Amino acid sequence: MSNKTSETTARPPRKPGSQIIVDTLIEQGADVLFGYLGGVVLPLFDKLYDAPIRFIIPRHEQGGCHMADAYARATGKVGVVIATSGPGATNLTTGLANAMMDSVPIVAITGQVRTELIGNDAFQEADTTGITRPVTKHNEIVKDPSLLAQTIREAFYIASTGRPGPVLVDIPVDMQTAEIEVMAPAPIKLPGYRIREQGHARQISAAAQAINDAQRPVLYVGGGVIAANASQELRTVAKKANVPVTMTLMGLGCLDQNDPLSLDMLGMHGTAYANYAVQECDLLIAVGSRFDDRVTGKLKTFAPHARIIHIDVDPASISKNVRVDIPVVGSAKYILTELEKELVHRDRSEWFQRINDWKKRHPLRYDTKADTIKPQYIIEEIYRQTHGDATIVTGVGQHQMWAAQFYKYKRPRQFITSGGLGTMGFGLPAAIGAQIARPGELVIDIDGDSSFNMTMNELCTAVQYELPIKVCLINNNFMGMVRQWQHLFYGQRYSCSSLQNPDFAKVAEAFGAVGFTVKDKADVPGAVEKMLAENRPCVVDFHVDPEENVWPMVAAGKSLHEMDGLDIFEMA
Amino acid sequence: MKHIISALVLNKPGVLAHVAGMFAARAFNIDSLAVGRTDDPSLSRMTIVVVGDDRVVEQVRKQLAKIVTIVKVQDFVGQDMVARDLMLITVSCPGEKRAEIQALIEMFNAKVVDISSKSVMVEVAGPETKIEAFIDSCRPYGIKNVVRTGTVAMARYGRTQAENQ
Repeated sequence: MSNKTSETTARPPRKPGSQIIVDTLIEQGADVLFGYLGGVVLPLFDKLYDAPIRFIIPRHEQGGCHMADAYARATGKVGVVIATSGPGATNLTTGLANAMMDSVPIVAITGQVRTELIGNDAFQEADTTGITRPVTKHNEIVKDPSLLAQTIREAFYIASTGRPGPVLVDIPVDMQTAEIEVMAPAPIKLPGYRIREQGHARQISAAAQAINDAQRPVLYVGGGVIAANASQELRTVAKKANVPVTMTLMGLGCLDQNDPLSLDMLGMHGTAYANYAVQECDLLIAVGSRFDDRVTGKLKTFAPHARIIHIDVDPASISKNVRVDIPVVGSAKYILTELEKELVHRDRSEWFQRINDWKKRHPLRYDTKADTIKPQYIIEEIYRQTHGDATIVTGVGQHQMWAAQFYKYKRPRQFITSGGLGTMGFGLPAAIGAQIARPGELVIDIDGDSSFNMTMNELCTAVQYELPIKVCLINNNFMGMVRQWQHLFYGQRYSCSSLQNPDFAKVAEAFGAVGFTVKDKADVPGAVEKMLAENRPCVVDFHVDPEENVWPMVAAGKSLHEMDGLDIFEMA
Repeated sequence: MKHIISALVLNKPGVLAHVAGMFAARAFNIDSLAVGRTDDPSLSRMTIVVVGDDRVVEQVRKQLAKIVTIVKVQDFVGQDMVARDLMLITVSCPGEKRAEIQALIEMFNAKVVDISSKSVMVEVAGPETKIEAFIDSCRPYGIKNVVRTGTVAMARYGRTQAENQ
């Protein structure tokens, strides 16, 4: 009898699915959510009303997704975004694709129409899992409320482990309203998901041997090092083995760019010394990078003299674009730690002599004597006044490349940019996400006029949450990078690449932010100073030289050493 | 070169769409794809025939293995294995040709599964080459319809060396 009573009292408590979702998000460490309301997520939002969790409402779901993305990039934690069914979910897709390409951990929760309506073309119904499958690492629709908590736990696990990425959980509204028993977390059981963290010992030794033997080695490191929180390990390896380091756009900050070992960025708009070093090296050590076409240029002639070591947590990255001599599958953190033990210091003075010659002969340059405001000058000025300490966020295009070239990054997660997908409009929402991740720190969005036009409605969000982000517009009244390509490859026929812009300063003011315009070169330092002193969201509209190009440039299909624009300043 | 890839997948909605979508998105060509349940109701087996050089097929294998709902991927290339197709074929068969066609069916160790006054439906199983040879042999009589399952395959010793993960 007494047994029976204890059995009934031991029955687990019941809660609505919406509460289970909130509880599981908190359990998984989510302290900030980004997202937008809608019909089929109302039960969930009702439970968020009382939850000890911060909620940021963007003005568009794409913005929310970029905010969660930048939050994840800035903190290393999983970013969480919530959207309703149908248009809410479809609006997430750009943000998810962006996170997928750059391997950013995001959990997206979408509402879905009631299970019995699925497939009936119900109001605001979309096949969310179908639409987002190619742009997520994994997705899942929950059709049994008892699986809610575990599905969300799995989503966090998949998003944050291995090669990180976005995971979407689609939750029909009746799953949110169903009363379900609260169950203790079960161990994650995913038979199809295995991660190799530890690299193969023999491969690591082979890699160490190759590095020790190399005369002219180069480390080519990418976002994978940052994702694995392995920047410290990378620095140790580079210093111990005495190997110069070039970073991809996603890898900037892995090594302090003021370090003499830094070759800065390589690739299409990389430095001459990085590209030359890659083309002449006898050993290329790729860590957490994926031989993207913007990095390699013409594949056939990429690093022609080099044996290649590729360290990556994703086996599918290895030998995808180039044939690798020594593949090492595993986490950069683990492998670099193991590798370091077997490395010896080598002098390599001839190699460094050659590199330093290139550095001297071909530094990044622009016309400092011009009367117009050169975009590079603004970025140098920001760099100078912020002592290289600000978190820099960008949109996509010329301004992004200049921000990568002329700001020297010291730390991982200091530079937040849309690399793989190249999503214009990423800058402003990303600055918001980064500022929320780093309250009290300086976050500057170096943006283009066209990029900013795409998502500038998020200024409302910055104002509403009193986020002192700075937006520094490199305004050339063009889609600058498109114009550059039309200039170089389409006979200067600027088809559809110039836009009529609003008065951005007035726009900013109308949103409740601070805005001002800079048209004179002499005003740049003062404007930057004023911007940095502002404690409200601030937009500075710099009217720059409209036809400035990004140099150097490896034209599409050219080899890395075939850079244009190296002699352009001697000619000027 | 033709590769037969066998994937053990979770028996869940969306897995087939994921596989088909990944092939399309990465511009891999599927020669044939056969899916069926296994003895474990939570798992299905996909047998995918892919044509491509070793590098392409290696990528196919790795990209398949990356899909969270795919448990295990094997490439049967160079393995001792049994590969079979099943085909139903309806061939024109007027009375005067019946004996000829019957002889052909016996030669191929095939089976008549339906018959009408003008045609005969035949079930043929075997390696792909045999299926193709049967189709060619039937052509002179007039083929009305062909349905094929695509290849299914199994390693002879239960294990293959090219196991992934």
